[in-house]
Amino acid sequence: MRPVYAVSGGVSKFAKARPDKTFQAVIKEAYDYAIADLGLEFRPFTELVDGSVASYFSDHFARQLMAGIMAQDYLGLCPKPSHRVEGGGATGGICFQEAWKAVASGYMDICVAYGFETMSHVETWKGNEFIALASDVSFDYPVGGFYSGYYAMMVTRHMKEFGTTVEQLAHVSVKNYTHALYNPYAQKSQRISIQDVRNAPMVAWPLTRLDICVMSDGAAATILASEEGIKKLEQAGAQVTRPLVKVSGIGRGTDAMRMADRPHQSYDDFMRYNALPHEVNSDETRAYYKRLWDKGFRYPGVHSFRAGRMAGKEACKMAQVNDPLKELDFIELHDAYTSSEIQTYEDMGLCRYGEGGPFAASGKAFMPDVEYGLNLPEKPICPVNPSGGLIACGHPVGATGLMQAVFAIWQLQGTIEKHFKSPMLQVKNARRGAIHSHAGTGTYVTVSILEREG
Amino acid sequence: MANENETKMEETLEGTTLFNVPFPKRLDVQTLAFLKQMSPIIVKYPYQINYLHSYGQDSPFFAGLANKVFLGCRDAETGYTYANPRGHDMVTGQETEWVRLPDEGHVHAFTVCHFGSEAFLPQCPFVLILVEFEGANTLFLSRLMGVDPNQASLDWIGMKVKARYLRNSKFQPTDVYFVPAESA
Repeated sequence: MRPVYAVSGGVSKFAKARPDKTFQAVIKEAYDYAIADLGLEFRPFTELVDGSVASYFSDHFARQLMAGIMAQDYLGLCPKPSHRVEGGGATGGICFQEAWKAVASGYMDICVAYGFETMSHVETWKGNEFIALASDVSFDYPVGGFYSGYYAMMVTRHMKEFGTTVEQLAHVSVKNYTHALYNPYAQKSQRISIQDVRNAPMVAWPLTRLDICVMSDGAAATILASEEGIKKLEQAGAQVTRPLVKVSGIGRGTDAMRMADRPHQSYDDFMRYNALPHEVNSDETRAYYKRLWDKGFRYPGVHSFRAGRMAGKEACKMAQVNDPLKELDFIELHDAYTSSEIQTYEDMGLCRYGEGGPFAASGKAFMPDVEYGLNLPEKPICPVNPSGGLIACGHPVGATGLMQAVFAIWQLQGTIEKHFKSPMLQVKNARRGAIHSHAGTGTYVTVSILEREG
Repeated sequence: MANENETKMEETLEGTTLFNVPFPKRLDVQTLAFLKQMSPIIVKYPYQINYLHSYGQDSPFFAGLANKVFLGCRDAETGYTYANPRGHDMVTGQETEWVRLPDEGHVHAFTVCHFGSEAFLPQCPFVLILVEFEGANTLFLSRLMGVDPNQASLDWIGMKVKARYLRNSKFQPTDVYFVPAESA
């Protein structure tokens, strides 16, 4: 496989509803931005791009099958090759990786990954019903299909097993909403406190409305290219930002659709299949896990995402990352819930399983120069969701994983100020970051690692 | 006094049926260009479907519930037992066999849904639980009745619960639900 570079990206404004445009025209906002950021006009780019991958989750929201080809046609990309991908909440992350494959394999020199979702076409509670259809319709959905309910069950188990607190969860919400104050693309930004999160209306105990991301309309697009592709773009007049941003690792994991069916693995199996290198190599961590298992801990259970762990493990191996907390400068991860951000800290190896709660409140995942109104005991090490994440930016499903990719490209290019009109969220000297896209109750998860060359 | 910004009349989708909207009477360069400034037209339409959904190889599970029997599936080789119907084992790939599961179990995890999908809104607040059973390796998603949903507590985890069955089966997984064992 050959090197693949993420050369440009664009994001539409995410909003509760975008009745002003059809979904194709919203995608075009993001697509045009990505082309313009390369310094190219529409026609020369269309001449050069080899094809695309389309990303959207639900045919129900738009009540439109084959929406991907409608976007392809609207963007003027016919008759170039394209296909649609779907994998629940991870659809955008899968799309990014499929575009990577198209370029890495040599099939394409320039591939555009675009995605969207228009969730405003139905009322919120009908939207929740559509999303809940992404659980087993024979056994899960009829019992009270509601994703916030599924995640809240994970939370109660996490709390019982590890002593995680709702205040620790709320730290994630305060952090991400505060970041969004400086991100003009975010759907919702507000200065809130831990108490505000707890006082918000209860949705699924113990998750309140401020623990949960909102539904959105929006689109995002990224342009991936090989070295040959970059040469072609530059010969056509493009100003590809240097240093280049390379996709240095991709990983993907899966788990059973029914959360109830997740296996309860033994300590030996965990160490053999799921533990990360820095965990395996630490006597202290091996002993920590042994104590957990001795107390009845089973993996992944309903408190952990094995798919996320495997996706991270695979991506880190490919990118030669041995200790993610120390070697990643930031992560944009799938915080559909404050709790899932905490679970993902553990899956990604930023802390050990069971330590996500204290990690959330430690300050290690915060930005250094942002005032949160919190008393954080430790210094930032690896900011998580510097963009505001799904909680504040919104979650137009098919666009979300691509939005993360765009923000990661801008972080690594050092161009956050140019795009956000504020330098506040620029991670200083960001050299390597990860994007994490997550579906269902942890059914499909992708992790992609991007890094600045030179 | 209520916060001014929080005081809102509830939005509903009921409304007047509209058969026409304002439009320029004369079309010329200016009026055609003005069309770009118009607000979008939003229409509402219903969408209803009846599905014929087969439970396939999982059907005996629902027949069991109708007869107050809780069935799981077991791999004959390893003895691994699923508390949900599963035609083939994840590890051996072999066809599983039906086994009867106990009517009693323990709460492994729970939540109280104060909101929900549209279909379940009238039932809010309701309690979802994952039940663990002696002799089963996996869990079962169900409803817990007989607790106060406004008094949610982590102490509910580990609670012994007992299955109850609907008298009039609906051939849904909710034909079985659970109650605290001491009140059963």
